[in-house]
Amino acid sequence: MNMLQNYLDTFFFALFPYVTLFAFFVITIQRYRSKSFTYSSLSSQFLENRQHFWGLVPFHYGIIAVLTAHFVWFLVPGTVLWWNSIPARLYVMEIAMFIFGLMTLVGLINIVSRRKTNVRARIVTSPADWWVLGILTFQVITGILTAYFHRWGSSWFAASLAPYLWSVFKLSPDLSYVSAMPITIKLHVVGAFSIILLFPYTRLVHILVLPNPYLWRKPQLVRWNWNRRKIRTPNASFKAKNNN
Amino acid sequence: MDIRSQISMVFHLDKCIGCHTCSIACKNIWTDRKGTEYMWWNNVETKPGTGFPTRWEDQDKYKGGWEVVKGELELRSTNKTKTITNIFHNPNMPTLDDYYEPWTYKYKDLFDSPEGDDQPTARPISMVTGEEMDIEAGPNWDDDLAGSPIYAENDINLDGLSEEQREQMFAIERLMMFYFPRICNHCLNPSCVASCPSGALYKRGEDGIVLLDQEECRAWRSCIPACPYKKTYFNWNTGKSEKCILCFPRVETGQAPACFHSCVGRIRYLGVLLYDAKKIEETAKFPDEELVDAQREMILDPFDENVIREAKKNGIADSTIEAAQKSPVYKFVKEWGLALPPHIEYRTLPMLFYVPPMLPVMSAQEGDSVRNVNEEFFPDFDKARAPIKYLAKMFGGGNESHLRYVLKKQSAIRAYRRAETVGDIEKIDADKALLEADCTAAEAEGIYQLTSLCTFEDRFVIPAAHREEAIEMMKDPLEHKQETGFGFRDEPERGW
Ligand code: HEM
Ligand code: SF4
Ligand code: SF4
Repeated sequence: MNMLQNYLDTFFFALFPYVTLFAFFVITIQRYRSKSFTYSSLSSQFLENRQHFWGLVPFHYGIIAVLTAHFVWFLVPGTVLWWNSIPARLYVMEIAMFIFGLMTLVGLINIVSRRKTNVRARIVTSPADWWVLGILTFQVITGILTAYFHRWGSSWFAASLAPYLWSVFKLSPDLSYVSAMPITIKLHVVGAFSIILLFPYTRLVHILVLPNPYLWRKPQLVRWNWNRRKIRTPNASFKAKNNN
Repeated sequence: MDIRSQISMVFHLDKCIGCHTCSIACKNIWTDRKGTEYMWWNNVETKPGTGFPTRWEDQDKYKGGWEVVKGELELRSTNKTKTITNIFHNPNMPTLDDYYEPWTYKYKDLFDSPEGDDQPTARPISMVTGEEMDIEAGPNWDDDLAGSPIYAENDINLDGLSEEQREQMFAIERLMMFYFPRICNHCLNPSCVASCPSGALYKRGEDGIVLLDQEECRAWRSCIPACPYKKTYFNWNTGKSEKCILCFPRVETGQAPACFHSCVGRIRYLGVLLYDAKKIEETAKFPDEELVDAQREMILDPFDENVIREAKKNGIADSTIEAAQKSPVYKFVKEWGLALPPHIEYRTLPMLFYVPPMLPVMSAQEGDSVRNVNEEFFPDFDKARAPIKYLAKMFGGGNESHLRYVLKKQSAIRAYRRAETVGDIEKIDADKALLEADCTAAEAEGIYQLTSLCTFEDRFVIPAAHREEAIEMMKDPLEHKQETGFGFRDEPERGW
């Protein structure tokens, strides 16, 4: 039994993460370079507009808040522990995250039921979409269960999961942090790496092309196939895309 | 001055016969792929009517175009903050039902049905879901239904007309209609471009054609509500928006766009306008009634020495300047003042102009006979079948004086030609009519020629694209010539 668990732990927490991260970096970049046409949020709002709102909006607000929190816990665990040292602050953070988690779940349920019941939405649903929705649902449910049954996650995350993740990134995975974890938490971690694995093969790549430059660019864009003003200056080099 | 050249267009509405040949020409070339079936980059509407998509002119619903808020131009549908909050679900996004569900028929049933008492029929099936459907709307469902309470009376341009004017329009014996063919206006201040979070939409520097980069579109779909003319369309299959490309591969090789080329009524003109790009923003801020004039003010005289000098300084090719001098669009818009922009109050500064329809026959039925109620050369436009106010809402930014000017000139030219050819109008009266319409005999002749006797070369004055100069910068043009025609492109395959 213990042997088996050792093997499983080694596989899921020492090997699997590298497989997923490798795929994530290599395939995502490769796909962007050779098939950038396929980078799209693949919106289906045009086909169904009402249930869309109750699915996509709570889901995204929820998941973005929760994910951001996870990143903060991971990046600055010390600060999180400091914040949580006052119980009131800890409660606020925990309750807020729990609510965001529930929002995500409500959104996901709506998204799934929309894609199941609406004929038009079903037409544009690919197997990859079902994989994504399936694994995300799994992840959100294990997340909510973890939050409920193993309370004050932001604290113990900072204390034991963050060091494990850091050890993965430092290429010497330290299983001692995770092997003793309860099963829900282990499933949640494996789910997270599975999402990273699916990422480059699915619509999740839309997260990478989020349109931040809009926030500081000028409204109007002009592209010159060739700028004849520059053509007439022999020293200027040619730039195919010249926004002005 | 920052002089740029723009390929611009004029549609002469009195000549449109509503045959939809233009739409079909476009459809067959560009939008017969999966996901584009419902798109009509060129469509022809009947006015008064609700148009395609239904009531597209209702900006309270779709929030297209710009408005001036505290002296600043702002998009109605979006801004930097709303781009973030509305990206997951766009509240002004039209859906397939605002256009129509495209369909085909199960023709196979006609052959495969078992023998029976009834004739087999080909049931309509949706080109989206593949399921059987009841056809409830189509892209030109209101065709010729100008008097109908469902379509004509819901025309948004009728808002603000008095009860009396409305009654006039819908009295059986006065019923009027005209066709309104529409493509992307390749605007100078395009709201589609300004709304795109990814920067996928852009205006081409050399000729002003507005394009949507398929590689960079990420389906954030901001442009769909933002274009007040509803000329960006969402391809639900590829997850990319698409729009009219003014057949740029044809234009670059000296051919007219397909809808222009195929136009049966020969209503379409295409040519270069030179304009001052420095003035775009300031022009778009004028009050509604002054917008038509302000936009005309931006368009520069291609014969003016100063303009030519500045244009050359800006790298505009001599051949383009020459094309601008021969441009039929310049004549219609600037020299003659006959062509007006559609709904300029949306402030995108559209570069497709319309010669508004005269709808001239002002006859009334009396007993059994139909009699011409107008003995004058100048019909009383206020009694005309299309209320001036209605036309002014479409083509004048609400300013009726432009419409009066155009209609007056048009009828004067008809009087003038009638005096020449039929002779039942005295020459002196015709000349007087011209004078009152701010028109000389030479101008009248020019307008007559370009309206009635125009050849391909008169209607389409397309400047050379000068691709070779761009290529020269990168490599030997001859070497490039030997290479073109080879290579691979990605299929526009839906993402996963
Ligand atoms: C970072 C900013 C993000 C933006 C701007 C964004 C935007 C979008 C948009 C526009 C859609 C298409 C909605 C439609 O059908 O109209 C979409 C769908 C989706 N997004 Fe995001 N997203 C973001 C982050 C995320 C994250 C962090 C996740 C999950 C890890 C996610 C998962 C999904 C999924 C699963 C769908 C498909 C929903 C469905 O099946 O209809 N997104 N996103
Ligand atoms: S008509 Fe619409 S799509 Fe065309 S340039 Fe203007 S705003 Fe853009
Ligand atoms: S082809 Fe010409 S005449 Fe026929 S509908 Fe189109 S614009 Fe009108």
